[in-house]
Amino acid sequence: MNTRLLPLCATLLICLIAYAACVFQFPAMFSTRVAGNLLTDNAFLGIAAVGMTFVILSGGIDLSVGSVIAFTGVLLAVLITHYGVHPLIAFAIALLITTAFGASMGAIIHYLEVPSFIVTLAGMFLARGMCFVMTTDSIPIDHPFYTALQGLFYRLPGGGRLTFIGCLMVLVFLVGIVVAHFSKFGSYIYAVGGNRTSAELMGVPVARTTIGIYAMSGFLSGLAGIVFSLYTSAGYSLAAVGVELDTIAAVVIGGTLLTGGVGYIAGTFIGVIIQGIIQTYIVFDGTLSSWWTKIVVGVLLFSFIALQRILVFLSLKRTTATSGG
Amino acid sequence: MTDKPGLLAVEGISKSFVGFKALDGVDFTVRPGEIHALLGENGAGKSTLIKVLTGVHQPDAGVIKIDGQPVAMRDTQHAQHLGIGTVYQEVNLLPNMSVADNLFIGRQPMRFGFVNRKLMEKQALELLAQYDLHLDVSSDLSRYSVAVQQLVAIARAVDMSGRVLVLDEPTASLDRHETEILFAILRQLRARGFGIVFITHFLDQVYEICDRVTVLRNGKLAGSALTAELPKIDLVSLMLGRALAVATHNTRHDRPVPAIKPFSFKGLGRSRSIAPFDLDIGEGEVIGMAGLLGSGRTETAKILFGIDAADTGHIRIDGHPVLIRTPQDAVACGFGLCPEDRKSDGIIGDLSVRENICLALQAQKGWFNRLSSREQISLADKFVKALDIRTTDIEKPIKFLSGGNQQKVILARWLATNPRFLILDEPTRGIDVGAHAEIIALINRLCDDGMALLVISSEIEEIVAYSTRVIVLRDRAHRGEISGDDITTSNIMQMIAAESEGASA
Ligand SMILES: Nc1ncnc2c1ncn2[C@@H]1O[C@H](COP(=O)(O)OP(=O)(O)OP(=O)(O)O)[C@@H](O)[C@H]1O
Ligand SMILES: [Mg+2]
Repeated sequence: MNTRLLPLCATLLICLIAYAACVFQFPAMFSTRVAGNLLTDNAFLGIAAVGMTFVILSGGIDLSVGSVIAFTGVLLAVLITHYGVHPLIAFAIALLITTAFGASMGAIIHYLEVPSFIVTLAGMFLARGMCFVMTTDSIPIDHPFYTALQGLFYRLPGGGRLTFIGCLMVLVFLVGIVVAHFSKFGSYIYAVGGNRTSAELMGVPVARTTIGIYAMSGFLSGLAGIVFSLYTSAGYSLAAVGVELDTIAAVVIGGTLLTGGVGYIAGTFIGVIIQGIIQTYIVFDGTLSSWWTKIVVGVLLFSFIALQRILVFLSLKRTTATSGG
Repeated sequence: MTDKPGLLAVEGISKSFVGFKALDGVDFTVRPGEIHALLGENGAGKSTLIKVLTGVHQPDAGVIKIDGQPVAMRDTQHAQHLGIGTVYQEVNLLPNMSVADNLFIGRQPMRFGFVNRKLMEKQALELLAQYDLHLDVSSDLSRYSVAVQQLVAIARAVDMSGRVLVLDEPTASLDRHETEILFAILRQLRARGFGIVFITHFLDQVYEICDRVTVLRNGKLAGSALTAELPKIDLVSLMLGRALAVATHNTRHDRPVPAIKPFSFKGLGRSRSIAPFDLDIGEGEVIGMAGLLGSGRTETAKILFGIDAADTGHIRIDGHPVLIRTPQDAVACGFGLCPEDRKSDGIIGDLSVRENICLALQAQKGWFNRLSSREQISLADKFVKALDIRTTDIEKPIKFLSGGNQQKVILARWLATNPRFLILDEPTRGIDVGAHAEIIALINRLCDDGMALLVISSEIEEIVAYSTRVIVLRDRAHRGEISGDDITTSNIMQMIAAESEGASA
């Protein structure tokens, strides 16, 4: 079998085992209600994680995700509640700003040759700071359009709700998969992550690709912010702290190599769902502290990074055994 | 000489890197329907000229003309649009992507706005079939050997080139058969009116296929002529700027084989890699190892040096049994190995020439017993002089050296450890004629000093020139040994050929 698929299969297996174990203990977890909530509750995380997957595939990192989500939330609240702007127009403004923000980070990373870690760290502080400049309070959003969107769902047999934001996340994942594997842009992302110098010599438009990747991550962070604001009906400067780290965890658990060039969007989806399952388990249990989520995620991360190192080591051994004169 | 107009021409190109003039007023013209060899010593500026031609570097002065029209080459993509396909010296492809992706990235067949993978893979199979390559095009490129990757890079460049094809040392890691296939394709392209630039250090290949040669020396144009009008001797002097001291022909054959052989390997082997073999080496011996690519030469070196652990066999040094399971063990026993693939196993690009030279010696001494800066500098200076490594100073990061000069630095690294037994895997690959002769002289000198050497090489003349014994390999097994006056090119060739016939019969 292709060793490339192994982390993905491992993730899928762990996900199924975890779910089976949960169902064994709490049979009620086997329901469309839980499944629907899993999608709804993790919608913003999933959307941001798609952007993060592209960034990590290209060999970079984007630490600004959480701050951009909070920024979007606050901006929407200010525009809608204070200025009476229609939500749709507010959405467009927010997406425009976050996309431009991502694109400029990409441009700095490419043209000034600064590591993405540093640039997006600065972006993280900048976006968070902008939230506080706009307001320090939590602003509720109360608009009929919001209520309409929140009330939009498809009732599954068994009482589960497939909400608008849950569907949006699934849609974003599907589009992400198509972009990654069936578009030129997607192949450029893998190329840049595989070997930047080679990609450049092979005629891959590295500048355009790098800027595009961070613009896309900015756009998806903005979209995640919109979803988050629909989910919470409020904008708050201190919201979504550390979400970038949760998305990175989902990406790595999903089998994407942090060194870039190898991974799948579908894996990230499973990574997000695994985190969701752990959280649901804790809710069902009722006695466990929610910090257990972090502990389990930590353990999973360690095991996946170890698994990846072993796989890389094995495949290196195999190629050296078959090549040479 | 200017019978046909230039398809691609450069005039007065200059290019400096931080004060170092890599190209100085070079003129170069490729005409349609010709294969044009670009020659010169290591560091002469050939690869730099190619990179300027194809938009990787911007020239400081001079113009690039296509069909007589000046163009400002923006980047590699621009060059591709103008119909120039290139294989750079560092065959850089994308090991994490599939073979088909590597062939078609940037120009994948599309359907309804999406990449049509099925069609792409079908086209990839057809394309590679022309090179007698039958691969699983959907699997990762990294699964295949360096030679296959090189062919994939060539296939990509040929397929992309509309009119001009540039190949920077394409044959360095190809075997005879693969080279033949490449040449057949180049001849076809020439007949179709392509202009082809061909860089190599194999002068025989220049005379075999090239119509015209242009020689660079120290970044300047040394001369340009039709191949047919330029005898080899003159070509070599044009490249070196002096006559080549004729390599003294082998005097080693009649040497008595030393009676005591301190290094003894018995029944060493590894399943699926190399069949068990015996090898005894005495001090002052040079064992040449001949065989086709993939015959088990590199595998032998890897087992001897502990990179791959042997499944069977045992090793004795000076009569004492020793265990070699890792390269560290091998180094502790006084072994050295100069590897074949300098890009992945050899150089550390960001470290300076000095640091790269001192690396193995430092590792051997242990990290707490640091070489003083003075020792490091004198060591580096000594080898830069001894091997004629062309660099502006010893603190230059090695990645900025030309390919051949990087190779010399790796050689220096292992010589610096002063090993008792040194394994050289393709020591002269990518090295110019002048340095080639120097390295052969060096091998002879080391052997006189009592070092035991094992040299793997695809160049049989070279093996003949320094070996005291020759081992011939085929199909991952040691098949025979030649010694004394029997060491001749034809004998070795016969042994390789006779055995392959035996296999096909
Ligand atoms: N990016 C760079 N920065 C600094 N110096 C460089 C750079 N690229 C090349 N050089 C220098 O320019 C000179 C010419 O190098 P080039 O690679 O063109 O040589 P070459 O003729 O291709 O040699 P070889 O046969 O060894 O490949 C060398 O001395 C090299 O050190
Ligand atoms: Mg070169």
